[in-house]
Amino acid sequence: MKFRVLQNISNSWMIVSLCIILLIPFIIGVVLYSKSIPVFEITSIDQLLFSSTWKPTQGLFGFLPFILSSLYVTLISFVLSAPLCVLAAIYLTQFASKRLVLIMYPVIDILAGIPSVIYGMWGILIVVPFVGETLAPLFNLNSSGYSILSGGIVLAVMCIPYVLNMLMESFKTVPMGLVEASLSLGASKWESIKHAVLKKCRTGIISAFGLGLAKAFGETLAVMMVVGNVVQISGNPFDAGYPLPALIANNYGEMLSIPLYDSALMLASFILLVVVLLINLFFRYLICKTQRK
Amino acid sequence: MKNKNTIEISNLNVWVDNQYILKNVNLDIPEHQITVLLGPSGCGKTTLLKSMNRLTDLYKELKVTGEICIDGDDILKSKRNIYEIRQKMGLLSQKPYPLPVSIYKNIAYGIKLKGIKDRKLLDYNVEKRLKEVGLWDEVKDRLHSSPDTLSIGQQQRLCLARGLAVKPRLILADEPTSALDPLSSKIIEDLFKKLKEHYSIVVVTHILRQAKRLADNVVFMHYGEIVEQGAPDQLFTNPQSPELKKYLVDGN
Repeated sequence: MKFRVLQNISNSWMIVSLCIILLIPFIIGVVLYSKSIPVFEITSIDQLLFSSTWKPTQGLFGFLPFILSSLYVTLISFVLSAPLCVLAAIYLTQFASKRLVLIMYPVIDILAGIPSVIYGMWGILIVVPFVGETLAPLFNLNSSGYSILSGGIVLAVMCIPYVLNMLMESFKTVPMGLVEASLSLGASKWESIKHAVLKKCRTGIISAFGLGLAKAFGETLAVMMVVGNVVQISGNPFDAGYPLPALIANNYGEMLSIPLYDSALMLASFILLVVVLLINLFFRYLICKTQRK
Repeated sequence: MKNKNTIEISNLNVWVDNQYILKNVNLDIPEHQITVLLGPSGCGKTTLLKSMNRLTDLYKELKVTGEICIDGDDILKSKRNIYEIRQKMGLLSQKPYPLPVSIYKNIAYGIKLKGIKDRKLLDYNVEKRLKEVGLWDEVKDRLHSSPDTLSIGQQQRLCLARGLAVKPRLILADEPTSALDPLSSKIIEDLFKKLKEHYSIVVVTHILRQAKRLADNVVFMHYGEIVEQGAPDQLFTNPQSPELKKYLVDGN
């Protein structure tokens, strides 16, 4: 009897905790949405999303430059970090000596633990001058260095520990016997990795990339420090950009005397939340699809 | 009548950090016979098997000396292509490890590695090998689905078929039935008896009864050394060494 009661109490506690965890993002979403309603009332949703005019003093809020900047920075960081992570993870799990792996684990942990402001400082001191003074002249371009590309590079480095760690965990689950089976059929080590390890880890690779992308999209401080923060739409990665998180962090609490500005920033947060959610859903979908195959 | 040997091993030593895993192994694997490596767990049977197709290369901490001759060619020193050497042997491991591709591609994998891309030839081979292991009727309607849908026993036969597809001369089986139920085990054992017409077979096992059922030639190992070897009748009825006597008593 006593056991029964205890059992029920602990069961209901588990359900309550679960509900709290599930409710938090939901509540955040609802609050952000309700706070951004005022800006909806004067501007239509497609104007908000697809207009590039950002003139808060005149009540014109077009988020397109911010959304594009965010996507661009994320894309660059993904392109730079993904191949690096995959190759490094393959090397560390398949070829490297045990000692090197032992050394690498703390290094990865440290990389993950560095505060993002330090990445930002490193970006200002190293990456920005490198992009402005070395890379841009190579393409005959003029750039201050504070640019989408700098943001992408800094983000890439910040995402590496997370993605690499997940990839390594995934690759480590591949049983030695599978590699041996492939080798014994006459495959080379590289062929075995390509056909056995990478294929076996498809879902792990996809979820690692998804995590990296979601993290990159939401990262604020370090990007804000190097990306230039100029409202413009440009395909040139050497130009400055202004990602969504930077917009929110730079202006919330400062410009609130302008009517509707806070509501617009709430909308920016809401868009950020939705995009991260969409990235996650998309990768969930990919994972389900590859698992079913 | 003396048989030709597929593999001749002499003075094989394998050790790690000054500790022997295999000590002075001398062994001939006769053609078209089933050679059973028998012994308690941890006696080096699996290492011996893996030395034969140089999967020991994978473990850098292992040091290997001696000679393993296949067709008069010492594979431990051979300059010849290791991948070609491995294709002379089909490996069957304790658990089936189907590649993460379709049933069809699992079998075609080794053939494709040889550079054969002709669709008809691949189709022909896949069918032939699946028939050889008695799996064709069970899977012919789902060749392009994942091998995960097969039972463990079927997967093990698929792995055997995959090994046969590269036209090996030798089948290396490492406790091939240890993960299988008795019925699937029997199918595998019967297959071995049938396949020895065309292949030489080495089976690692610690199950005494399986050794008795299968063996044409038994090699009893203990702590990395070959203690006794010979025909099963002679070995099991009249064991010479105290180790084998004890194993026969405890194993029954």
